[in-house]
Amino acid sequence: MLIDWAHFTPLASLGGGLLIGAAVALFILFNGRIAGISGIVGGLLRPSRVDVAWRLAFVIGLVSVPLLYRIFAALPESRIDAGWGVLVVAGLLVGVGTRYGSGCTSGHGICGMSRLSPRSLAATLSFMASGFLTVFVVRHLLGA
Amino acid sequence: MLNFLFALVAGLVFGLGLIVAGMANPAKVIGFLDLAGNWDPSLVFVMAGAIAVAAPTFAFAKKRQRSMLNLQMQFPAARHIDRRLVGGSLLFGIGWGLAGICPGPALVLLGSGLVKGWVFVVAMLCGMAMFELLDRPKRQRH
Repeated sequence: MLIDWAHFTPLASLGGGLLIGAAVALFILFNGRIAGISGIVGGLLRPSRVDVAWRLAFVIGLVSVPLLYRIFAALPESRIDAGWGVLVVAGLLVGVGTRYGSGCTSGHGICGMSRLSPRSLAATLSFMASGFLTVFVVRHLLGA
Repeated sequence: MLNFLFALVAGLVFGLGLIVAGMANPAKVIGFLDLAGNWDPSLVFVMAGAIAVAAPTFAFAKKRQRSMLNLQMQFPAARHIDRRLVGGSLLFGIGWGLAGICPGPALVLLGSGLVKGWVFVVAMLCGMAMFELLDRPKRQRH
């Protein structure tokens, strides 16, 4: 294993993490809810459509950030290397997988781990493992 | 109404955190998942920072019946580790590894104006809708 020092950003990432933690804290303390993005978005697609207002508000907040950010500074680089076909497959897998697994990097990875939930630990280890393995296969076995 | 406002602010702070952390850059996320290549450990610091704030907050929140806005506290009730949890998470990880995008950053990419981000979000929403269609009959049978 080689460390990619050129792209390593410990301070910015720690700062960003603290902000994410603050958002999660705000949400549980005031709204009494777990800030799991896949659960919040997935709930909007439920036939019963419970609590549409706050779900939409959270999503509007997330989507608006880059637009507001641009008023003050240039957005940091954001690069998607995956091709169109791979993106569609990846999106479908993320959509189906996070709903069957009841959470994603936020709900299980951050909120669940913070709550010391064994279920979330199992989920996080599972998606981390298959994420690592997928990148290994794509980059080093298939050489994409 | 306050409920709505706090959700909006939480979404804004969450999204700002994702951008500052570098999580809204799929290439950087892939750099973290590439253990065998040039590994970028930054994402470990994102998790550490987030958990450092969230863990003590949840410890405090768990003891409360109502939130600060006097809403019922909603903690996940499920306890068991089953095939759905692990299988779903494994599928999610494959998608995450293929594109470097998970649901939070996907929504930030929507606002960034990257067409590829939009395509990903549409596919992700289709995946979530598929779950509702496939899973609903099963839930009703039980």
